[in-house]
Amino acid sequence: MVIVLVLAVSVGHSVATNPHFQWGQIGHFLFDGRITAGVVTTIELTLAAQAIGVVLGILLAVMRLSPNPVVSGGSWLYVWFFRGTPVLVQLLFWYNIAALFPSLNFGVPFGPQFIHISPNSVITGFMTVVLGLGLNEGAYMSEIVRAGIISVDEGQGEAALSLGMTRLQTMRRIVLPQAMRVILPPTGNETISMLKTTSLAYVIAGSDLLSVSQNIAAANYEIMQLLFVASIWYLALTSVLYVGQYYLERYYARGSSRELPPTPLQRIRRGIFSVRHDALATGPLDIARPHS
Amino acid sequence: MSAPAPMVKAEGVHKRFGRLEVLRGISLEVARGEVMCIIGPSGSGKSTFLRTINHLEKINRGRLWVDGDLVGYVQRGDKLHELRDGDVSKRRAEIGMVFQRFNLFPHKTALENVIEAPRLVRGVAKGTALGEATALLERVGLADKLESYPSQLSGGQQQRVAIARALAMKPKLMLFDEPTSALDPELVGDVLDVMRDLARDGMTMIVVTHEMGFAREVGDSLVFMDEGVIVEAGDPREVLARPREPRTQAFLSKVL
Repeated sequence: MVIVLVLAVSVGHSVATNPHFQWGQIGHFLFDGRITAGVVTTIELTLAAQAIGVVLGILLAVMRLSPNPVVSGGSWLYVWFFRGTPVLVQLLFWYNIAALFPSLNFGVPFGPQFIHISPNSVITGFMTVVLGLGLNEGAYMSEIVRAGIISVDEGQGEAALSLGMTRLQTMRRIVLPQAMRVILPPTGNETISMLKTTSLAYVIAGSDLLSVSQNIAAANYEIMQLLFVASIWYLALTSVLYVGQYYLERYYARGSSRELPPTPLQRIRRGIFSVRHDALATGPLDIARPHS
Repeated sequence: MSAPAPMVKAEGVHKRFGRLEVLRGISLEVARGEVMCIIGPSGSGKSTFLRTINHLEKINRGRLWVDGDLVGYVQRGDKLHELRDGDVSKRRAEIGMVFQRFNLFPHKTALENVIEAPRLVRGVAKGTALGEATALLERVGLADKLESYPSQLSGGQQQRVAIARALAMKPKLMLFDEPTSALDPELVGDVLDVMRDLARDGMTMIVVTHEMGFAREVGDSLVFMDEGVIVEAGDPREVLARPREPRTQAFLSKVL
């Protein structure tokens, strides 16, 4: 215990006083306009890609559990492909898709075409990352959602079916809401992972947090300082996600335990009140207590 | 004019799970307003038969009708066509089912459990559904538990919510799958009372049960099943007092 403390203090001291760290520069760049724009892009990329992943994951999981072999086989094939290839390869693939399909046409197959567009105008860097990461995430989310669905007691589905609900109504209203308790914790994990994976946009010249900080570093050679800046922001953003996850989990725990534990805010509030209460209750006793 | 069709009619119903033959030719009729009790040792196929009636289990052979309609199929000419998912659901909506382990929706309050299906399946307006659900929960003696979650209710209370939930769809037939088997002995009475009232109001009921007292008092007919066949059937007071078949005698001597 003492050794750990001494080590921590000495490391902390050397970090704080080492002039090479240039803490001033880190503080300076932390709220630089280019950096904060990168932070916003990173948040947008994360939310968009994760949203695609969750929607796709639910769809693929429900398909996978379908009694129709074509439907469940299609889902299996998708997961097999996207889990089996590196996400970086997928990103580069989407970025260069125009090499395979120089123009996109919408219309009657083999008949008249109404709309012609070049993929290069649709597939921007931003879209590439959202699509690439979202499609990849769908494969992982589908397994998480499937685990959640399987965890719900079979009797729940039977009760819903016996009341006349269709398979889809049963899934949407009865099974999925209960599966959420199992789905949420790993989804929080996935979202945090997604936040950090958006930094892969760097390889296709993205405008996310890591890319912009590397661009700045390329000009002023303060490489370590800008990596620090990026890391501080990534840590801050994942911390915010923790809070979101906590409250979502509480919402989906309805009815599962007799009384929910208090939220941190409620706990603090109660703490203040109970201290006051104690002070009042023990007030008269202080007279008997010897003061040192 | 012929007599009205029976509520349930089974002709040589067979059901297999893999190689295991669970039902080996069940034939019976349940008239409108009749209360039929099915008894038998575990593994005799009585629960499986109950589940074929609302098509939770598909039958492999035989014919099964509810209110004159084939269960799960439609007949065109001399060929049977499987019903689509939506049509199966429509028919199920008219048959209430109560499970041994209640199967209430744990993320919904008692009231929400009861209004869910009428709102979603029948599109009943919220105000109407709430009014009817409140009346039903009062009828089963739970007027003070409307906002309780299932985890806050005793087993007997949960089962009564489950009965109210099934009744909310205004079914023409009620299936009970060992409704009191998972209950503490002192809670059984409340649930049986609710079922007794239901029978008195003329509901057609098929009850898989181990409650011989209920079968004797409330049942209009009794079926004893063993190894996937009906061994003996008749008036419950008659069968329970003077069973004819040796297998029925052996079973009753153990449970009575």
